[in-house]
Amino acid sequence: MIYQGKQKIWADYQKEIPDDHWYYVRSCIRQNFFPGSEKMFTKITRDDLGLDMHENAHHTTCGGIAYHCDTIPQETVMTIVARQFALMTEAGYENYCCSCITSFGNYIETLESWHEFPELEARIREHLWKSCKREFNKPKYIAHTSDVIYKHRNEIAEKAKFRLVDKNTGEPLRGVEHIGCHYNKMFPSKGVGGAEYPYVLCGMIESWGGQVIDYPERRHCCGYGFRQYHIKANRGYSFANTHKKFESMEPYHPDFILTNCPGCPYFLDRWQYVTAETEGKTYGRNGCGIPVFTYEELASLVLGYDPWDIGLQMHQVAVEPFLDRIGIEYDPGAKYLGVNKKDLGRPSLPEHMVCF
Amino acid sequence: MNLYEELCKDYRFREGLHTCINCGTCTAICPAAEFYRYDPRRIVDIVQRKNEDEIEALLKSDTIWYCGECMSCSTRCPRTNTPGLVIMALRAMSIRHGFFTASEKGRQVYPLTKLLTGNILNYGYCVYPETFKWEDHQESGPVFKWHLEHLKDDFERIGANYQGTGPGVLRRIPQEDRDELKAIFDETGATDQINLVERCSKAKAEEMGMTLEEYGKYTFEYNSGNDFDK
Ligand code: SF4
Ligand code: SF4
Repeated sequence: MIYQGKQKIWADYQKEIPDDHWYYVRSCIRQNFFPGSEKMFTKITRDDLGLDMHENAHHTTCGGIAYHCDTIPQETVMTIVARQFALMTEAGYENYCCSCITSFGNYIETLESWHEFPELEARIREHLWKSCKREFNKPKYIAHTSDVIYKHRNEIAEKAKFRLVDKNTGEPLRGVEHIGCHYNKMFPSKGVGGAEYPYVLCGMIESWGGQVIDYPERRHCCGYGFRQYHIKANRGYSFANTHKKFESMEPYHPDFILTNCPGCPYFLDRWQYVTAETEGKTYGRNGCGIPVFTYEELASLVLGYDPWDIGLQMHQVAVEPFLDRIGIEYDPGAKYLGVNKKDLGRPSLPEHMVCF
Repeated sequence: MNLYEELCKDYRFREGLHTCINCGTCTAICPAAEFYRYDPRRIVDIVQRKNEDEIEALLKSDTIWYCGECMSCSTRCPRTNTPGLVIMALRAMSIRHGFFTASEKGRQVYPLTKLLTGNILNYGYCVYPETFKWEDHQESGPVFKWHLEHLKDDFERIGANYQGTGPGVLRRIPQEDRDELKAIFDETGATDQINLVERCSKAKAEEMGMTLEEYGKYTFEYNSGNDFDK
């Protein structure tokens, strides 16, 4: 396609995301904290969008978190990455789709380093052969799962049962987005909108009827910081950075937060709880927090899936006021039930943040 | 080979530092610099001065462990440096030389290594429910406490394949795949690094009058507060 004028400038920030046939790999953090999002990604892409999203049971962690906690050498993480590529090659795929921003950064860093230093690629191929007797082709394309949802956002809008609109006022709900640093800061050209105009999540919000609002610390890190969270003594770093974002977004009264990264929704959700319990301060309406969603959760909601089937009961910040504003129905009594309505008890309620 | 020459062998260092003009843009955008007494500009400057004593002091200091590896600094440097990559190379060297046990934040390499490499080799994941203890993570809130108390039931309700066979969320990663991860660790130096970290930490624990287990817990929890401006 030939672009001109402003379209040409904007084209530099676009990605030509392939149409179909993906080799899919999962995220460690999301499987632990947002298992419903992981389930819904394959369900939506396969059942609602009719895509070929292939998963192989033999894939593993990409090692990215251990690498960014400085506990394994660079050649180790690259060889784990090479093994994942070998599984993709053996399965007959060329388009690689990963469900994690840390992984996404890890895969891109690996490919870019190999491009820059071919002797490094040769060494990793040798490591992989010696350790696993495997060989691989490099993927033609690496997408993050949000890229795939972004590409099909308008199809999702066409199939949607709900829009991100207040059912009483008819006004669009106001969303802020959080991109996740390793999506677009390491290699800006690899993320939709680059580092300066991140659009992958904004595109979804707009397409599904909501309004994107900007705020000063929009691009600030969520505060994960790898060792700064995993080590208890350092967690103040994580909390302080999330806190800074909330103080910055507060005057703009967002109705929801949409996130890209596996860790970000966890930190933006849980550190609101900690702020409420330590300072008595909440950022949402009526003593609640601001609900934080993954893009699969938001897509699932507009498509009409049951909030408890997609795992929203695992959030600490209550989602019910948000569902009520859109008019999404749910059974409050079913929120914490197991399969076949098995009684699993209920979590205790926080002291300061209103939850249900 | 001196320390600077060794640093130049690390691809991350070669990618991360061209020439620094000391403008401080990286420090302005850095989340760690807002929280800690920390200045990535200074780290890059020390390294490019190539003074061996200064580099060694850096490798033994808390300073290199303050970075969150977010790579925000990569976006705005007018000389396309990435101080975060320089720091990754410095950390790797601090571990290789056993300098990491000289600082409070450096000593945290031991509990991190135990947790993360343990999760990878035992389960095939970096993070895994069996090793995410609520006592260590009370910030995860009452909802997560409830979830951890009903792991199997809750994962089943949400449609995960927790500890199951075949594909799916939190499936059991087959032994043969975990064996391949172990073979990769052996081949690429991760196993050697794990052993080195344990050896150095054990020596430091003895010096501090602790067992290795006590040392692991202590380094995971202890914060002297020395890393903030008072
Ligand atoms: S990677 Fe490290 S030095 Fe760079 S901005 Fe992030 S915390 Fe600061
Ligand atoms: S932004 Fe770049 S040139 Fe400026 S101080 Fe940091 S590393 Fe040096």
